[in-house]
Amino acid sequence: MPVISYREALRAAMREELKRDEKVVLMGEEVAQFNGAYKVTEGLLKEFGPKRVVDTPISEAGFIGLGIGASMLGIRPVMELMFWSFSYVAFDQIVNNAGNIRYMSGGLINCPIVIRGPANGGTNVGATHSHTPEAILASHPGIKVVCPATPYDAKGLMKAAIRDNDPVYVMENTILYNDKGEVPDEDYIVPLGVADVKRAGTDLTIVAHGRAVITSLKAAEILEQEHGVSVEVVDLRSIRPLDEETVLASVRKTHRVLLVEENKPFCGVDAQVAYLIQSKAFDDLDAPIHRVSSIDAPQIYCKRMEDQQLPNPARVVAEALKVLA
Amino acid sequence: MAEIIDMPKLSDTMSVGTLVKWNVKEGQTVAFGDILGEVETDKATMELSCTVPGTILKIYAPAGAQLPVGAPICAIGKAGEAAPAPGQAAPAPKAAAPAIPESTGIPCVPPAPAASTAPATQSDGSRAKVSPYAKRMAEKAAINAGALAGSGPGGRVVARDVAAAASAPAVAAPAGPVNVAVAPPADGKGIQPDADVPVGGMRQTIARRLLESKVTVPHFYLEVEVDAAPLMAMRESLNKRLAEAGGADAVKLSVNDFILKASAEALRRVPAVNASWAGTSIRQHSAVHLSFGVALGDGLVTPVIRDAHAKTLKDIAVEAKSLIGKARSKKLTPNEMSGSTFTVTNLGMYGVTGFFGIINVPNAAILSVGATIKKPVVDAHDRLVVGHRMVIGLSGDHRVVDGANGAQFLQALKQLLEEPALMLI
Amino acid sequence: MATPAVLTHPESLKRPAGPSEYAKHPVNTALSKKEKVALYTKMARIRHFEQRCIRVYQQGKIGGFLHLYVGQEAVAAGTISLLGKHDHLITGYRDHGHALMVGMGMNECMAELTGKVTGCSQGKGGSMHYFAPDKNYWGGHGIVGGQAPLGTGLAYAVKYMGLKGSCLAYMGDGAVNQGAVHEAYNLAALWDLPIIFVVENNGYSMGTSQERSTAHPGCLAKRAEGYGMAWDVINGHDVYEVRAKTSEALKRAHEESKPTVLEIFTYRYYGHSMADPDKTYRDKEEIKEYREQKDPVLLFEKELLAEKVLTPEQVQAINEAAMAEADEAAAFADASPDPTVADITKHIYWEEDNRGPKTTSRGTIIFE
Repeated sequence: MPVISYREALRAAMREELKRDEKVVLMGEEVAQFNGAYKVTEGLLKEFGPKRVVDTPISEAGFIGLGIGASMLGIRPVMELMFWSFSYVAFDQIVNNAGNIRYMSGGLINCPIVIRGPANGGTNVGATHSHTPEAILASHPGIKVVCPATPYDAKGLMKAAIRDNDPVYVMENTILYNDKGEVPDEDYIVPLGVADVKRAGTDLTIVAHGRAVITSLKAAEILEQEHGVSVEVVDLRSIRPLDEETVLASVRKTHRVLLVEENKPFCGVDAQVAYLIQSKAFDDLDAPIHRVSSIDAPQIYCKRMEDQQLPNPARVVAEALKVLA
Repeated sequence: MAEIIDMPKLSDTMSVGTLVKWNVKEGQTVAFGDILGEVETDKATMELSCTVPGTILKIYAPAGAQLPVGAPICAIGKAGEAAPAPGQAAPAPKAAAPAIPESTGIPCVPPAPAASTAPATQSDGSRAKVSPYAKRMAEKAAINAGALAGSGPGGRVVARDVAAAASAPAVAAPAGPVNVAVAPPADGKGIQPDADVPVGGMRQTIARRLLESKVTVPHFYLEVEVDAAPLMAMRESLNKRLAEAGGADAVKLSVNDFILKASAEALRRVPAVNASWAGTSIRQHSAVHLSFGVALGDGLVTPVIRDAHAKTLKDIAVEAKSLIGKARSKKLTPNEMSGSTFTVTNLGMYGVTGFFGIINVPNAAILSVGATIKKPVVDAHDRLVVGHRMVIGLSGDHRVVDGANGAQFLQALKQLLEEPALMLI
Repeated sequence: MATPAVLTHPESLKRPAGPSEYAKHPVNTALSKKEKVALYTKMARIRHFEQRCIRVYQQGKIGGFLHLYVGQEAVAAGTISLLGKHDHLITGYRDHGHALMVGMGMNECMAELTGKVTGCSQGKGGSMHYFAPDKNYWGGHGIVGGQAPLGTGLAYAVKYMGLKGSCLAYMGDGAVNQGAVHEAYNLAALWDLPIIFVVENNGYSMGTSQERSTAHPGCLAKRAEGYGMAWDVINGHDVYEVRAKTSEALKRAHEESKPTVLEIFTYRYYGHSMADPDKTYRDKEEIKEYREQKDPVLLFEKELLAEKVLTPEQVQAINEAAMAEADEAAAFADASPDPTVADITKHIYWEEDNRGPKTTSRGTIIFE
């Protein structure tokens, strides 16, 4: 099976879907001629031409709203935000329009849009460029949110997102763009709402999404080698819809849970997961649910400190040992 | 068809309005948009604009009337038409009753909470920390999770503790009846009826807790003999003074009161004995909560005097008396029966010369006081004299208290009892 | 195309008495008598529906906001009467007039106002959110200016699909200061979108007059020059003028795929919404003058009477029928049931409403 990067996986997904459905259009700042700020869309303009791959001005509210309006008539825009941090200038369109139009029309309309882009810290770019808004967006009924952690999931979720008839927001990660993994050549999707046990174990369940999955897998290795603990890592993959059953099944098996996320603590995704677990698996818990989030402050600039601010394997291992006490 | 015009809702907070003035009269023709009058609301005085063209048939609300929103104020219709009586419809809106929410979909009422069992209480009275999973395991294995020593953080009982307890040999008393068949008396008259006396809650609890204590706590035993004469002298003298001052209601100090006070003071000097085994640690207690045995007809209870280290002899006596009274009338609250750090039992009144009690888990020791009896003793000058001697036993939990600590404690106690004035300082 | 001198509202609405100079415009002479009567009837229906809403609101049956179109009828009537198969429209929250013009029924519109399940959005949208995709009507939107980018999207889609069509994106004079509108203008001009931005200038952004809120080079539409877009101003009380000038913009959209900004001067007799006591910012004389001399429905009525297209009896009949229809709609709304609690969680996701063997997504999507 081919081994490709997360970036290449995303590109492959978009290429395949551009080929498959002539209504699919890529749109965003620098996606065409510049080949993408992070080169995710490299080569697609050349292959599909300017009608299918469109450079927009720096005008998020404008072009996201344009994409939503076009989707009402059946176009399927895949819109890139150079950083999900830039979504806030288009928040009204993203949340009020894409998320609500179906409901306010009593089901007469749907908006089959995809908005994609990196949502991550850890790149030394400071507070205004490091947001991870998956929890905020997922809190709005009408919106779907996914966070792929591996190349395989990136391609599969992106294809599923593009084919989805509801607004799907894909949270990528610039640091993961270079990660490599096995990705099939053939057409496949990763359905929304299905989590994945990335590592089976018996003593502790770690639930994570996005890059925190990779961090947790590293921590799991350390816990096994140095502490003799068998850790199960559950990758949510999809925030909304949320695969509750896979999470609960793991908790019922290990009885101890550590949640790991790059969100800040207050009402991050893990706050919802913690509620779910204590509500539906209370009697299976042998310890309180612990959580490792980013340290609660705007993203710091100093690189060494940012590496401490984000969950890292050392912090995850330390917290895991507390859960296991 | 005549229309009844109601007091309009002119702002979202309005509930009543005052019809300040009318600009029109009965019989007058009005067009859409004409100003019929003025209405004063909670916020401002607003114009009442005509929404039904026609002739004013009747004015129901005179100028100055204050009416709730929705009350009829006038009727408009075709000239010459009869005015409807107010309250008689302008077609009362055929409003459908709001649909009763169906029970499909998201339930509005949370499901009734599952019957909750009372929180497990540890023997020291604090709410036992037991993980939900451990609790479930314990229920299944018929083990009292709260009585287990927890190895989790903060003394929490976790799954491995229950698992260990469940696999520990024969600690759990057989749940069912034990076969104790014995041959009946040959002469047909025995000392009591052959009978299966049902065992009540108190006896069950005593049986369970003391068995657990005996089996799980490594007991060791120390004994000391105390010259009780100074104690008795002080007691007599204090009681006399108290009686003079207080009359019939005077506090009467008992020997046991002195023992309790002395125990608290001895613990102050040897605090290592005021502790509990907590699995991976020894829990030191800052307060001394003394429990003492009270014999009841069908068993015994151990009420607790809290903060005995901070109470005077008199306080202790008063409280002990009150607790004894409650114990006998079965009015002790669970709080008053739990949470002790040290226990004192006394069988002196029965003439028992000495004995060793079973530790009241999770205390680290139990003091057992015998009767004061006269016996020959050798005094400081090597003379044979009549001594008033009291034997006191200490059963210690060897996980918490070593022989030396226990001995030091008894030493301190002896000193305090033989020089009771030391209890003043 | 006019290059007017300094235009301020309401001065620009001065119109000489007598027939409209645009009555002879081909787009209007092409109308048959029947079509003219139909156009008048539609305006009268809007008027009577809106007025009937006032009573329903005062009876406490309409919650939330109610933004009335009374006085602006000629704008919706004139523009929408020109639209063809691939012409789409989208507007803000003063959307009842547009809804009735595209052919939505009074029953479903009134029932929506009172939150009933028989409403056009099944009670889920309310006054600001009337939609009729089958009639190319894309709402009804609550955030000022938020609909402008959506409008560019509709125009973009029409062009993408190679159709000869357009999108009319309506907004109020207050919306022109919103960032989203400027972004929409830029995209429309940059990408040559077949869009017509219709600024319904009724002189007031809620309680703030144009002079107090908006910096502009003479009129609002002239801002289009900053983006290189064509623009025009229209007297919105004259439905013939609205049709005449809008038809030019439509031609530009259909044949050149280029955008236009149209500023249509109009007036609203009532406050911004029913909750707005509008006495603080304008005086009664101003309202009285409009009602008597510039009411678009009245002016068109006079026009058609003069053209002998209508008789006074017909006018009365049309208005009485419209009033009766509005009354029936109110009764229909009263008699209709509310949606149920189970309905609250329907129509959120297309996938949930269309669950079937092809559905791939799983997991919890509506939470407790």
